[in-house]
Amino acid sequence: MSLFRKKSSCHTPLADAPCGARKVALVGNPNVGKSVLFNALTGAYVTVSNYPGTSVEVARGTAVVGGESFEIIDTPGMYSLLPITEEERVARKILLEDSPDMVIHVVDARNLERMLAMTMQLVEAGLPVILVVNIMDEAERLGIAIDIPLLAKRLGIPVIGAAVARKRGLSEIRESLSCFKRSAHTVPDYSRRLENDIAEITGLFRSRFTLSPKAVALLLLQRDQEMTDLVLEAEGEGFAAVEAKIREKIYARRESFHLDLSLERRKITEKLLDGVFRVPDKRKVTLSEKLSRWAVRPLTGVPLLFIVLYYGLYQFVGVFGAGTMVDFLEKKVFEGYFNPRITEIVKDAIPWPVLQELFVGEYGVITLGLRYAVGIIMPIVATFFLFFSVLEDSGYFPRLALLVDRLFKKIGLSGRAVIPMVLGFGCDTMATMVTRTLETVRERIIATLLLSLAIPCSAQLGVIMALLSKAPGALLIWFVCLLLIFLLVGLLAARIIPGETPLFYMELPPLRLPQLSNILTKTYSRMQWYFMEILPLFILASVLLWIGKITFFFEKMAGWTAPVMAAIGLPREAAVAFIFGFFRRDYGAAGLYDLQTKGLLNPRQLTVAAVTLTLFIPCIAQFLIIKRERGLKVALAIGFFVSFFAFGSGYLLNKLLATTGIL
Amino acid sequence: MKLSEKAEEILEAMWIAAEEEGQGFAEMEKIGVAADDPAFKELTGLAFIEIKEGRVYFRPEGKQEGRSTIRRHRLAERLMMDVLNIRGESGDSKACQFEHLLNEGVDARVCTMLNHPDTCPHGKAIPPGECCLEAKRSGDLGVVRLTELKSNEEGKIVYIQTKDNKKMQKLVAMGVLPGNRIRLLQSFPSYIFRVGYSEFAVDAEMAREIFISHLQEKV
Repeated sequence: MSLFRKKSSCHTPLADAPCGARKVALVGNPNVGKSVLFNALTGAYVTVSNYPGTSVEVARGTAVVGGESFEIIDTPGMYSLLPITEEERVARKILLEDSPDMVIHVVDARNLERMLAMTMQLVEAGLPVILVVNIMDEAERLGIAIDIPLLAKRLGIPVIGAAVARKRGLSEIRESLSCFKRSAHTVPDYSRRLENDIAEITGLFRSRFTLSPKAVALLLLQRDQEMTDLVLEAEGEGFAAVEAKIREKIYARRESFHLDLSLERRKITEKLLDGVFRVPDKRKVTLSEKLSRWAVRPLTGVPLLFIVLYYGLYQFVGVFGAGTMVDFLEKKVFEGYFNPRITEIVKDAIPWPVLQELFVGEYGVITLGLRYAVGIIMPIVATFFLFFSVLEDSGYFPRLALLVDRLFKKIGLSGRAVIPMVLGFGCDTMATMVTRTLETVRERIIATLLLSLAIPCSAQLGVIMALLSKAPGALLIWFVCLLLIFLLVGLLAARIIPGETPLFYMELPPLRLPQLSNILTKTYSRMQWYFMEILPLFILASVLLWIGKITFFFEKMAGWTAPVMAAIGLPREAAVAFIFGFFRRDYGAAGLYDLQTKGLLNPRQLTVAAVTLTLFIPCIAQFLIIKRERGLKVALAIGFFVSFFAFGSGYLLNKLLATTGIL
Repeated sequence: MKLSEKAEEILEAMWIAAEEEGQGFAEMEKIGVAADDPAFKELTGLAFIEIKEGRVYFRPEGKQEGRSTIRRHRLAERLMMDVLNIRGESGDSKACQFEHLLNEGVDARVCTMLNHPDTCPHGKAIPPGECCLEAKRSGDLGVVRLTELKSNEEGKIVYIQTKDNKKMQKLVAMGVLPGNRIRLLQSFPSYIFRVGYSEFAVDAEMAREIFISHLQEKV
C-alpha cells in the first residue's frame, strides 16, 4: 500500500509542460557509470567502458518519465568544478551554458568520501543536484554500508543508492526526475577566514552568474581563467575592483590555497559522512584485486600481455578473423557465389560494357568495393573491435598503460597514449579522434604522427599478415622494420617537438568481467560508425578507380611513378596499390594482395611493398580527421613527412635486402 | 671553543685528502690556505693537526673535528639546494658562509629537517651524526617521499610539495590529501598506490611530490 502511494503521489503528468523538455545533466568522476545511466534512461547508446575518459563527446538523448520528456546530457568525467583537462572543460561548459534544470551527480559508492567533495561544490554553486550513489553492489561486496536516507537528510538533496549496470535504483532515479523540486539546501560553511574572504569578493559582484557568487568567488581564487573571463565580461568596469581583491587574497594565501580549500572540504565531507559511511575493519581482498596485481607486475604482466596479444590479436583477429572468416566470405561467398551471379545479372541488365565495368568490372563498385568492404574488411574489423571491447570493459587498459608508461615517455608520450595506439590497430582514423584525450598538445601531435606512420590498421594488418605469411621471414622483417621505425621516429619526435613532457596519472578501475550485452552493443556501434565512414569512401574509390581505368589514367600514373617504384625495386603495376592506399590503407594492402595472387611480386618486393605501404600516407578519412583535430598545417606536415619517409624507408630496405640477400 | 672560518676550511680540505681520498695526510700547498696563515697555528695549538715536511696530518681529536666540519658543510649545501633552492656556484658559496653557523646542535636540527641525508648535492658522503644514528636505531624514517616507500608499506600523507598548481589539483582529485592514508602497492614500472578504495598509477614525477610519514608495517 505504502509502495503504491509513494508511486502515485508525485506523478503529475504535465499537460501544461513548458516549451522544451527539462534538461538533466549527468556529471561525475570518470568511470562511475554516467554513460550506463544515460543509456538506461534514454534507451540510446553511447560508448560505455571500464576505462576512464571514454566519453569525449557530449551525448544527448531523451528520456520519457511519467509522460514528461527530459533531455538527458551525458558529460565527460570531471573531478571537480575546477577543470584541468579538456574533457573537464567540456563538462563544465554544459553546467555553465546549458543551465540544466537538474544535475545528476553520479558517484562511486566505494569512494563516496572522495567524490562527495564535488557534490558539495555543485550544491554550493547553487545547482539543482540529485546524488546517485552508484556501484552499490560492489561496495556491499566489500562490506561497506551506506545510510542513504541519512545522507539525503544531511545534504538536503535527493540521494539514491543504485547499481545502474544491474538495473538497481533506476526507477527511483526516474521518479526523482519527475518529482524534483528545487529546494533551498543548506550550503556547508567553511572556516571563518575563508568565508570572510569569499564575502569580501562576492560583495563586489554587481552581476549575476549561472553559478552562485560563492562558487564563482572560489573559482576566481583558484585562478580559473575561464571564470575570470566570464566575470570580466559580466562586470565590465567593476572588474578592476574584483581583480584587485582577488589578487590580494591570492597573495595572502599564496602558500597553498588549493590545498587548504581541499582540506576544508574534506573536513566537511567527513562530518557529513560520520555515521553514514561504514567500512569494515578488515579490507577484503577480492579475486579481481589479485588478478589486478598479476596484470601490473612486470614479471607476470608482460607474459600476460603477450598471452593477450597472442590469443586476442593473433589467434582471434589474425587467424580467425583475417583467415577463416575472410576465406569464407571472400572466396566462397563473394568469388564463388555472389560475384559471378551479380556479374551475370548486371551484364544482362546493362548493355554498355563501360557501364558494366563500373559495377562488376575489375574495379567495380560491387565486385571490388563491396567485396573489399564486406568480404575482407568487415570480418577483420569486427573481430578486432570485439577483442578491443572485451579488453576495454575488463579494465585491462589502464594496467597496460602503467606498464608501458616508462617506455612511452621515451617517445614523448605517456602511458595514457596506449589506448589510441592499440585502437589504431583497429582503425587509425578512430584512434586519431581519441588522441584528444591526451593532455598536452605535444603528446597529441606525436601520437597522431605515429598513428599515421607506423601503426597499421586491422584491415591492413590482416591483409598484410595473410600476404606475408606465404614468404617465410618476410613477416618478421616487416614487423622488425615497423617496430624500429616506430621507436626511432618516436625518439626523434620526442627530441624535436617542443613542449613539456606529459605527466602520467591514471585511476585503476577494478578488473571486471565484461558483460556480453555491453560488448556486443559496443562492437556493433563501433562497426556502425566504421561502415558509415568507410562505405561511401569505398564506393567513391571504386568510381574513381573506374574513371581512372576507362581514361587510362592508371597506366599514365603507373608510367609517372615508375621511377619511384623502380627505386624501391617494385614493378610498375605496384603503383596502383599505392594509389588505392590513399583511398583506404587496407585497400592498398588488398591491392598488393591482388598483385601477389597474379604472381607479380617476389618475396623481397613483397616485403618492401608491404613496409612502404604500411608507412605510407594515411587514408583520406584519417587525413581529414587529422586536419579537423590538429589543423591543416600539422596535417600537411605529417602528410609530407610520412610520404617521404615511407618511400625513403622502402628504398633503404630494398637496398639492404638486395645487398645482404636475406630475401 | 669556536674555530675560525679559515681553520674550518683547512679541516675540510684535509678531510677530503686524508680520509676520502685515503692519502692519510694533506699536502700543505694543496689546502688552499697560505702556509703562514694563523689558522694553522690555531689548529696545531689545539692539537688537532701536525705538520711534517709540508704534509699535514690529523691528530685523533682533529679527525673528529674534521668529520663534523665536513658534515656541517655538506648539510649546508643540502639546505641551500633542497630547501632554499639556491643552486650552482651561488649555492656553493652561500653554503660556505652558512656552514659556520651550524654548530652546537643546529646541525642536528637541520639534519633532522632534511631527514638525515646521506650525500651532499655533489654526491659526496655526509658523515652521519648522532641524530642520524639515533633515527636509525629507532626505525623512525621521518617524512619521506612516496618514492622512498617499499611496496606494500603504508603511510600517512603529510604534505604535497609542488609548484605546479595543476599537479596539485590532480593529486587532490585522486584523494591525495594530507592526513589520508596511502599504501604503495608497487613501484615499478610505475608507482601504484591506494587511497581509500581507489587505486591509482602515477609516474615518478608525481609520486615524488607526495610526502609520507612512514608507518611501520605491522605483520
